[in-house]
This record gives sequence, C-alpha cells and structure tokens, in this order.
Amino acid sequence: MNFDYLLVRLGELTLKGRNRGKFESLMLGKIKQALTAYPELQYECSYGRVYIKLNGADGERALARLTDVFGIWTISPVLKVKHDLEEIRHAALAVLHAHLPVPSTFKMSVKRAWKDFPHDSMEMNRLVGAHVLRNTPALRVDVREPDVELRLDIQQQGVFVYCTVVPGAGGFPLGMNGKAMLMLSGGIDSPVAGWTAMRKGLEIEAVHFHSYPFTSQQATDKVVALAQRLAYYGGRIKLHLVPFTELQTLLAQQKQDHLIITLMRRSMLRIAERLAERSGALAIVTGDSLGQVASQTLGSMNVIGRAAELPLLRPLVMMDKLEIIRISERIGTYETSILPFEDCCTLFVPKSPATNPNLRVVEGIENALGEQLERLVGEAVAGTETLVMTPEGQEERKLAASAEDRWF
Amino acid sequence: MKTYYFDHSASTPPYESVIRTVAELMAEHYAHPSALHRAGTDAGKLVERARAAVAGLLGAAPGEVVFTSGGTESNNLAIKGILGLAGRKTRHMITTAIEHSSVHGTARQLESEGVRVTYLTPDEQGRVAPSDVAAAIADDTALVSVMHANNETGALQPIEEIGALLRDRPRVRFHVDGVQAVGKIPFDWARSGVDLYSASAHKFRGPRGAGYLLVRDGLKLHPLLAGGGQESDTRSGTHNLPGIVGMAQALRLAIESMPERRKRMYELRRRLLSHVERIPELVLNSPSDERLASPQIVNLSYPGMRPEVLLHMLEEHGVLVSTQSACSSKSLKPSRVLTAMGLGEARATGSIRVSFGDEHVAEDIDILAERLQSTVAKLKPLERN
Repeated sequence: MNFDYLLVRLGELTLKGRNRGKFESLMLGKIKQALTAYPELQYECSYGRVYIKLNGADGERALARLTDVFGIWTISPVLKVKHDLEEIRHAALAVLHAHLPVPSTFKMSVKRAWKDFPHDSMEMNRLVGAHVLRNTPALRVDVREPDVELRLDIQQQGVFVYCTVVPGAGGFPLGMNGKAMLMLSGGIDSPVAGWTAMRKGLEIEAVHFHSYPFTSQQATDKVVALAQRLAYYGGRIKLHLVPFTELQTLLAQQKQDHLIITLMRRSMLRIAERLAERSGALAIVTGDSLGQVASQTLGSMNVIGRAAELPLLRPLVMMDKLEIIRISERIGTYETSILPFEDCCTLFVPKSPATNPNLRVVEGIENALGEQLERLVGEAVAGTETLVMTPEGQEERKLAASAEDRWF
Repeated sequence: MKTYYFDHSASTPPYESVIRTVAELMAEHYAHPSALHRAGTDAGKLVERARAAVAGLLGAAPGEVVFTSGGTESNNLAIKGILGLAGRKTRHMITTAIEHSSVHGTARQLESEGVRVTYLTPDEQGRVAPSDVAAAIADDTALVSVMHANNETGALQPIEEIGALLRDRPRVRFHVDGVQAVGKIPFDWARSGVDLYSASAHKFRGPRGAGYLLVRDGLKLHPLLAGGGQESDTRSGTHNLPGIVGMAQALRLAIESMPERRKRMYELRRRLLSHVERIPELVLNSPSDERLASPQIVNLSYPGMRPEVLLHMLEEHGVLVSTQSACSSKSLKPSRVLTAMGLGEARATGSIRVSFGDEHVAEDIDILAERLQSTVAKLKPLERN
C-alpha cells in the first residue's frame, strides 16, 4: 500500500534541552542528505519529529535508507487523513490490513494532541477499534501483549494513522560529538569500530598503513572499499594511506621477532597522532577487542597504548567476535573484510608474538633506534596520501574514471 | 537488395557504441582481470564497475549479479545450481512445457538423474496459470522455473503472480528465464519474489558470449564449472571483460530507452497484425491481446505448408524470419511450444516467427506484409491439406 508520510522520531538528542533546535536542524540536514535520490519529498519538523511527505515516492525504499541514518530512533510509515471519523476508520483498516505478518491481536492507542477534535481519546478508541474488529475476522483485542498497536495521532493539521514502528540506527547525528582518527585495517573489526564511533556522533578520518610491495594493491583497494562503505553512513570520509614499508622493515631487522607487532603498533599510533593533530581530531578509535590476538591482551594494550597521548577509544573492547561479525554483516562491510589480502600486520607476524611485552624492553629498543625511528615516522606522515571517499566513490579518481565513462 | 532482418529474438545487431567499446577494451585491457599486477587489477575494476552498473539498472545489489556466457549458461546454472545443492528430500522441480530448450533440456537431463519434473501446459494463448503452479507444489519441490516471455510466441507469463504465491514458501526457489524480456518488459527485481533471473546480452543489442544471472542475496548455487573461483566461486573462468562491459552499456541503452521503444514496437506489432488479418491463410499463434504479449515477437502459421519453404521464399525477397520447428531432412517435427498450447499438428508444424527491433519503421512492416502476401499467393496452389 502507498503511505502518505514517513514519521521519523529523533533519538537521544531530544533528551538534551538547550541545543535542541540546533540538533534538530543538524538531523534534518542528515536526513535530507540521505534522501537526495528522492527530490519529491517534503519535510516538516516538529518537536523531536520529522514528517516526510512522500508525494508518491517509494516509501519502503526511503524508509530502508533512513534506518542507516544516525540519530533516528524509530520510523513509521503513516497515512494522514482529515478530522473525519469515516476517513479515520477507513485509514485504520487499511493500515492494519497492510501489516505483515497478519496480526491476530491488536490494541488501539489514541493520542489527541489537538483538543478541538470532537471525540476524546477514549471515544475514538472505541469508535475506531469497533470498526476494525467488525471488518477483520479473527482479530481480537489484547491490551497487554498485542501483535500490533494501531495508533491514531490527532494533530491540528490532520490525523496520522499507523501501526508499524521500525527501529532506526539510534545514536547521535554525525559530527555532533567531534572528530577522531580511525585505525582502519582491512579486517572485520576496525570498520565496525568506525561505524560504532560514527553512530555516537563522531566524525571519522580513517588511517590505513600499507607496506607495498609486501602488501598488494588489492589490500589497499579493499580498505578503500571499506572506507567507501563507511562513507555511505558518513556522507564523506577522508582516508589517509600511510606508507609503512620503511618503518616496518627497520623494525623487522631488530631481531626482536616476538615484539615486532608491539613495536609496529606503537609507531602506527605515533603516526596516527600526528595526523590527528593536523586534522584537529581529539581521539584515536581502534578495533581492539580484549584478548582477541596477542596485541590485544591487556598487557599489550598497556604497552602499545602508552605510545599515544590522545585518548584511545576502543568501542569493541568488551564485545565477542560473533557480535562484531553480526554488526559487520548488518552494516555491509563483512563481505569486503573477509577478502583474502594480507595487510601489513598479518605480514610479519612472528610464530610467538609477545602477549605480555615488557615496556622497558620495548622502550629500550626504540631508544636505541633513536633519531632513525623519529625520522621514519616523520617521513611516513609526510608521504601519506589522502583520499576523500564519498558513497559514490573516490573524489580524486573521478577524473580517471571519466575516461572510462565512455564504455558504460 | 536490402535485407530486412526480422529475427531479433534470435540475435540482435549490437549498438555501434557497444561494438566500439568491445574493440577498445580488447585492445586496451587484455590483461587477466584476476591478475595481481596493475594491468590486471585495472581490468578487474572494470568488471566490478560493470557489475555495479548492471545491478543499478536492475535494482539489484552488485553481489546479486553473476556474469556468465549467456542465456543457456545462466539457465543451466540457475537450475542445476539449485538442484545440485538440494538435499535428497527435495528432488522435485516445476517448469512449463513451453520453456526455451536450455531450460527444457536441463529439466530433461535432471529427470534422467532422478529429479521429478512437472511440466505445466499453457492455455491457447500460450500462458500458464499461477493456480497450476500452486497446485503442482509438493513437499519436496525445490524449484519453479517459468520464463518471462516465450521465445516463440512472445506470450508473457504471470511471473509476478507466481512470485507472490511463492513468497509464503521460502524453501521453493523461483527461477525466471528473462532472456527475451530484458529491455522490453518492465521487471522489478526487488519486489518480484523471483530468486534467479537469466539474461543474455546479444538479445538486447549487446555482444554475444555475455550474459548474467541475478541471484537473490544469500542464495548459494552449486557451480557448473570448477576452476579459478571467479564470481564468488559460482562461475569459474576468465572474465570476458569486453563482453561484460559491452553488455553493461547495452543494458543501460536498452533500459533507458525502454518506454519509447516499447511504444514503438507495440505500434509495429499492431500494424503487422492488421496486415496479417487480411491474409486468411495465416493464423496468429501469439496472444491476440497485446497486454499478454511481448512487443517484438509475432508468430504465424501457414497450416499445411512447410515453414522452411515460406522462410526461403521470403529470404529471396530479402526478408529474414525464422521457423521454430527444427527440421531434419526427412521428418518434420512440430513445435513443442505450439503443440503444448494445443494448436494442433498443422499449426504446430507450419509456424514462422517474425521478430523486429529498433531499426524497423512502419514501411518495413508494410514491405514484410506485402512479401508475406505475395509468397502466400504463390504457395497457395501447393497447399497440402
């Protein structure tokens, strides 16, 4: 059936009193950005809600798109009718009959915000509920645990009728809580960490380390694809590609195989921190999950984390791998993440990496390298290539692609 | 003498720009799209771009597009791919008696391997009934395979209704052979209830040797070919990059122009039918109601006349049509499709198929009709009743 409106309820931000207006207009911008493919839509904002008039647009697809926009609590496809009992009854039946799976029990829920409406909510409850029951064989009322709740929202501009409430992504509108750097490998965890951070309103710039020719171009392409997927949620994401070959080969020659991951990770954090400074980011987000691999034991996290001064945000730290995989499937990064290209951390993995590295030993090695380490960190930062990813692809490479456009 | 090519349902002349694209890609991107070096990854990216383009045009997800060598492979892959993974308890398939030989032959092959196959018969208009599909479903049914538009008569099959009735039976997969329909009949993959949809590029003015199979997200197929694991292990074999990109372009051109082309082709069909009405020897085998018919196919019978005689006489006048009955030197086999429609032996044996395309205008149809008329007049004294 064709609904007239999508009713969007904004999420956590409605809890905040003073800046509500600002948040709401930020949210409206995000919603419009997500729905640019539907120019026929019209938007009305009212206290913590956005009414989207469909004007014939495909409501199902627009709704599906909105479920990926952060800051949205729930979404309902609704019918809007005049203040006329017959019309309301008609719409109520239509909405209920369109509901899948077919409900066997329901309850009425009437909200009369516009007090000039002639019938009060109890009366409406009865008048419409009885009509629905008469016209729906085998439907019963269950006020405790109904299969569906048929809702009438009586406002001055009309009556909204609906019974479907689809959960949104929740969280805050993107950018509301500042900016952070995301350590983006090609694996399953880091894109999920990025998505989780973005859902909390953090703007993200991704940092990826590559060791060409020890790692392949495909490994980088994979990360580009992951960043592009994150851009679907974020609108536009910077991806910093850091050349890590020199540093990695230097560290690999220190005859400290069991510490190489620890040493690499510390250098990566130092580089990320420099990039964060340049971008004005105030934290570093990682996909660490406690105990998952040697570098993510508490001992390793301690020694590695001390290399950075910025706060390290680890949204997945207490999550199980299966939970992380489930999110990664839901947000559409899993299929890319499991492509079999080695990133620079899997490359020099020793047979027995340290699970409890000694901070003093690690610092000793770094001190011995002294200026050389410092110089290579600087060179890596200087050699970093930055791509701007949008949901459609990569901004810089658009020129190259346009030469190929003639073939498509 | 000018040639009037009325055999578009067999194969179409490719778009000029598609021919150029295929040639350029052959020259510039000869590297193996699965190779690791730059030339290979560039070629691989073009395959993925083509996949995204095809998916976008059809309302599918890129991961739902599997590139194949064409319609026959897509149909084989869909059917064997499902039944190859079906357990012993699901060894039943429902199809129709009017499918293209690549579906029909696959069904026959599977029958010889112990799969039960139900062949539904159509009505006189060449259309199967959704209720017959529903009635044929058994506990062990793994697959329903029904074509979108019939290749001999152009009769449209009620795939939306069948898709809707199969929605409640998620264990029964639904395959649609869309080879004759792509670019001609609107189709909404996202809401169709169809799990697998076959297409072939050279039927919509793309290159030969390229096709695709849409596979509903999450559905696994048993591969026909073992090898390098291309197409997510579903279809091994070096990607036919020129064919794949050429197909993506042809599909775009076909889909973008579909509304105007449909209108034009239905006008041509009406024009041809009004001419044919005045040739009493010829009987229409395609649906008379154009809402049930593809715009570009008209199937006619001259009962009592060997169709290849008609075909060769028309050919002498530069008019190319096809017969659908496979003739061997001695025996004349009636069309399986027309026989299933219950049209009788004389009609089923004497049919020709006229199928037109973008290059045709009203005058071409007039010339076709005129030559049909004069040919029939010449053959009239030779009728065998």
